[in-house]
Amino acid sequence: MYRSEGNKARRNIKRIRYWRNFRQWMLRGILLAVCVVMAAPLFMLTVYSLMGRQEVLETCGAVLADSGDQIRMRFFPIYPTLRAYIRLLLDSPEYFTAFWNSMIQTTGVLAGQFLVAVPAAWAFAQFRFPGKRILWLLYMLLMILPFQVTMVSGYLVLNAAGLMDTRAAVVLPGIFSTLPIFILQKTFAGIPGEIIEAAQIDGAGSLRIFLGIGIPLGMPGIFSILILGFLEYWNAIEQPMTYLKTQALQPLSLYLPQMVNQEIAAAFAASIVTLLPAVMIFFCGQDNLEQGIMASGSEFGQVHSLRQ
Amino acid sequence: MRRQQRKILRRKWTPILQSRDLKGYLFLAPSLLGTGGFVLIPFLDVLRRSFLQAVGNGFVGLENYKMVLSNTAFRLAATNTVRFMAICLPMLMLLSLFLAVLVREVTGINRWVKTGFLLPMAIPAASVVVFFQLIFDEKGWLGRIIEIFGGAGRDWLASDSAFWVLAACYIWKNLGYDMILWLAGLGAIPEEQYEAAKVQGAGGWACFRYITLPQLKETIFVTGLLSFVNAFRVFREAYLLAGDYPHESIYMLQHLFNNWFVNLDIQKMTAAAVMLVILAGGILSIVLGALTRT
Repeated sequence: MYRSEGNKARRNIKRIRYWRNFRQWMLRGILLAVCVVMAAPLFMLTVYSLMGRQEVLETCGAVLADSGDQIRMRFFPIYPTLRAYIRLLLDSPEYFTAFWNSMIQTTGVLAGQFLVAVPAAWAFAQFRFPGKRILWLLYMLLMILPFQVTMVSGYLVLNAAGLMDTRAAVVLPGIFSTLPIFILQKTFAGIPGEIIEAAQIDGAGSLRIFLGIGIPLGMPGIFSILILGFLEYWNAIEQPMTYLKTQALQPLSLYLPQMVNQEIAAAFAASIVTLLPAVMIFFCGQDNLEQGIMASGSEFGQVHSLRQ
Repeated sequence: MRRQQRKILRRKWTPILQSRDLKGYLFLAPSLLGTGGFVLIPFLDVLRRSFLQAVGNGFVGLENYKMVLSNTAFRLAATNTVRFMAICLPMLMLLSLFLAVLVREVTGINRWVKTGFLLPMAIPAASVVVFFQLIFDEKGWLGRIIEIFGGAGRDWLASDSAFWVLAACYIWKNLGYDMILWLAGLGAIPEEQYEAAKVQGAGGWACFRYITLPQLKETIFVTGLLSFVNAFRVFREAYLLAGDYPHESIYMLQHLFNNWFVNLDIQKMTAAAVMLVILAGGILSIVLGALTRT
């Protein structure tokens, strides 16, 4: 009697364990399937970038070049070749002009954001000052407004300053975006008060505390806004489209789509080279990026700072 | 490491440098100068111009506003934008929350899953647009697949389904970001609370309703806000896929402003911008008010 009870219990445990295992594998399967869908564009672009001109025309000429009547899907190129990349490298100087335009525009914005947004986020996280509530509200409002709404204001200033159609027209407004401040504020607000108190007792001034404690401890958050900023401005379309007219100043995000129509053989390789810097930065900084996003998603912060 | 981090994150928000002086402004100054110069002060000019005539500088009162509100293009664009927000925002948030819950249950592959989900964020619109063309063109993959099953393909971007193409783009791009936000919010809720509730006989729904939801309030706000901000950015995909004048189901306020800008229709732009700022400010303060009161 006693023994059979024990057996029963053991069998139950086994069944529970089996069920758990099954569930685990089901969940893994679902998540990995979604992952495959998410990563499919990158995979397919890579595959097509390794095709020769003939094969690209054969498989997707129907859509991209009005030749052939059917599109085909291939998961591996039949004749893999790097010719598209070589062609891109050797005979498309415009592409590289656009590449450098993107680089200059993005690094300009990031450098500026580092100098402007980091101290501003520190001010919102660690200081009390008159007008703070209303300013925070204003910054949030500026953050949620789409570019097209603030575009008119920007245009009026840039036009008056004679900056239209220069690189500064894209870079300057980008520097003062309030989104990084919003994201970084929470990282700074999460720094334990004891550390700052201790530094104050040791006689450190507010600038020293900011440079010596705030910046080193807020590094994950700072990295994360820089990575997010890179992804955002590497991908910027609205700003250069409205503020730049000169072809030679256009960034990749605008040049690439034009190129697809002219030269479909190199288009996929060009797409891959375009996304390479962004994807590489993403992979290098993924941990920081996650930490930074997580800090902005956790409790206490934006709403609490309004309550003060 | 993770525990320590969680401890830091859970700490209540306390400004330490509490002197009620203007020192904060020293740190804020560069940013304030820039936003003042590029947005706030010119906005006053925008406000002024919204009451003026296009030619000459006569004061016309609310004439420009009336013109915008009765403009069919504006009505169409506003309706589409609201529709996109009302449908896609909840869809994205629920889907990402669901996935975050799943990811928390799973062991062993979390890192892979997070990488896979976040990856679309890094892919520029310009690169991925070719891929979307291959799928959604009249002769594209989607059409082919449907043909195989006996249906007929169509140009998805030139019909009402363009809306759903855009919705798919938006969700594809932002799913990972939102999921990470949810993971942060869910991770900050102490496990003990669930255990205590379960001991007292609370079911799954009760746990969610009385433990998870109240403590997730701010995460919901932040996720909603950032998803809202990112929703305006689908304009990039929409523009690259379908140009200045896409199918009317995806003709958004962004397209409209862009076309007004090209035609230098400053009067309409200024009036519409003022209205949108007031609307956004109103909604934001209502939401924040509700959040701070409770």
